[in-house]
Amino acid sequence: MNILLKGGRVIDPSQDLDAPMDILIEGDRIARLEQRIEPAADRETVDLDGMIVSPGLIDMHTHLREPGFEYKETIRSGSEAAVAGGFTAVACMANTEPVNDNRSVTEFILKQARLADMAHVYPVAAVSRELQGERLAEFGELKDAGAVALSDDGNPVEDSGLMRRTLEYAYSLGMPVMSHCEERGLAKGGVMNEGLVSTQIGLQGIPSIAEDIMTVRDIAIAGYTNTAIHISHVSTAGSVQAVRDAKRRGINVTAETAPHYFALTDESLKGYSTDFKMYPPLRTGSDMAAIRTGLADGTIDAIASDHAPHSSIEKDVEFDYAANGIIGLETSLAVSLLLVTEGVLSLSDLIAKMSTNPAAILKIPKGTLQVGAAADITVIDTAKAWTVDRQRFRSKGRNCPFHGWQLKGKAVLTIVDGAVKYSELG
Amino acid sequence: MKLSNKDILNIEDLSVDEIQLILDTAESLKEISARKIKKVPTLRGKTVINLFYEASTRTRTSFEIAGKRLSADTVNISTSTSSVAKGETLVDTAKTLESMNPDVIVIRHSASGAPHIIAGLLQQSVINAGDGKHEHPTQALLDMMTIRERRGTLAGLKVAIVGDIEHSRVARSNIHGLTKMGAQVALSGPVVMMPRHIEEMGVTVHNRMEDAIRGVDVIMMLRIQFERQGTATFPSMREYSKYYCLNGDRIGLARDDVLIMHPGPINRGIEIAPDIAYGPYSVILDQVANGVAVRMALLYLLAGGN
Repeated sequence: MNILLKGGRVIDPSQDLDAPMDILIEGDRIARLEQRIEPAADRETVDLDGMIVSPGLIDMHTHLREPGFEYKETIRSGSEAAVAGGFTAVACMANTEPVNDNRSVTEFILKQARLADMAHVYPVAAVSRELQGERLAEFGELKDAGAVALSDDGNPVEDSGLMRRTLEYAYSLGMPVMSHCEERGLAKGGVMNEGLVSTQIGLQGIPSIAEDIMTVRDIAIAGYTNTAIHISHVSTAGSVQAVRDAKRRGINVTAETAPHYFALTDESLKGYSTDFKMYPPLRTGSDMAAIRTGLADGTIDAIASDHAPHSSIEKDVEFDYAANGIIGLETSLAVSLLLVTEGVLSLSDLIAKMSTNPAAILKIPKGTLQVGAAADITVIDTAKAWTVDRQRFRSKGRNCPFHGWQLKGKAVLTIVDGAVKYSELG
Repeated sequence: MKLSNKDILNIEDLSVDEIQLILDTAESLKEISARKIKKVPTLRGKTVINLFYEASTRTRTSFEIAGKRLSADTVNISTSTSSVAKGETLVDTAKTLESMNPDVIVIRHSASGAPHIIAGLLQQSVINAGDGKHEHPTQALLDMMTIRERRGTLAGLKVAIVGDIEHSRVARSNIHGLTKMGAQVALSGPVVMMPRHIEEMGVTVHNRMEDAIRGVDVIMMLRIQFERQGTATFPSMREYSKYYCLNGDRIGLARDDVLIMHPGPINRGIEIAPDIAYGPYSVILDQVANGVAVRMALLYLLAGGN
């Protein structure tokens, strides 16, 4: 059955469009995008009066845990969480078991995603074998198998020589490299941001310069080699400034941040809840302000959740021993909408950072509502008030720092390749 | 007056009145330890569990004696001989102990915040006997009791705390306690052992030990904790003691009636010269004696009378 999305406010940054429009989906494609399309017998009409119609949201940084850690998340549960959060596509990191550093793991992930048949899943393959930072993975073969990008996320590439070869070779193949920036010597033993709060509560700190230095290094390598670099989950003011300067100098750098870095600070750690432990750690209020400025002025291109589910086995322990990471697929949109409420971003800019820009960075044909494009569409009710209840997540993870938050705005209809994958519409 | 919380987790959370109450109670209970029959029936039928995830001689013994002098049944669990050695988690251990219905659980743990995790889960009172490098509230209370006993008050006194501040839960608890009670606190130690922004906790920071101890009423020396240091923090023990050991020459900079304190165990000759540790200014053994009184006071205030 064809679907007519009628009466919504269509915001599509890829076409510089923000207007009341109707969309007709035929099969898996967007067939028409016009001011007025009439209902007819061959189409199911969905009334979207008062709703925002956006190109399908893309979360370019998630951990789906399969293969190897299916008790934390599976590709099925993760992609169900994705569509419930409004995401029609997610990129998943390589730190599975076995590591996604070879064709068979990439193909397995894609197969599981097809079977789950919810969101599109784009594997991010490892930079180095076993994420050990020693030998490069076979980028070409991984690309052929379907990997869209490369990252040793969670295990920053320490060896600058290896990083240089990574950027050069990946660039020649047209594969983006997503760098988790941290200088290990400075970060060693740390479990939270270093600052007044770490001093007060007696936890070992990770200084912000551990991130800054690595961001600057990676930008220097990208500039020297005339390649490109994507900086993952920017959390510090220094990193924001480094990216801003690099862009000004014409270096091909892009950056993402995560909702927790503009919604939370290290003050949240005062109760020692492990739901606030992630990597990089929550920073200070001034870092948070710099992230917001970076989002507003375009320094930070994308918002990604860094969805990192863990079970109570990893989280219901002493803070020092708890695993890093929080879930985000089902809260990312609503927490990000706070930026619109608070006047940091326009709705159109937010959609660009959660759809159009991630698609461009990952070089995938998504993030647009142009006629002929695949019908990946997210309908958002920005007025819908709801309370975050981690017990109700589709994700297997319960490690959510926003539990109990009263938020406004939610994806109410998620369409992937023309099929409704999630709906809260009556 | 009663304590406002079921637990004693931080000095930071205690009010001035609560600290006064604890110290007053400790003073009144102290004479029990001087009696021929060192036992009162106050906590008869109450159970206190000492759950120690980290080595301790004085704190664990002190809590055990405190409980016994009040007639509580005290049970000691050390992690090397318990289910913890079989891999049981802190949360599971705490829930297991809760089912045995104790009245107070005393916990020491190498991870900051561990007592806070179990306090949030359990109905029972939890006393923090030292968590990581966060707080050691009973140590600060006994330190304040010792100073108050000698000086009559804490307000207006100058106290220097010298050593590895970064890794010291004793320092953090004393900073909170002493500043709340109106004392001025000066810190000194190698800059690499001084945590960032510590001055925002209401203290002054001095690179040179001499600058911190000049004219002070009290000098608290901290144990240099090489087991928490890892490597490459400081060149050597020898270099440390050259600049930060409390010896006869340096004591001359403080007031004539200065009190010398140390939470123990002492590294003789590293942070404190042996003749100073047991010399005329030292109240180190008073601290140990008052530790029993303070812990009796806390057990009484948390578990007594209900």
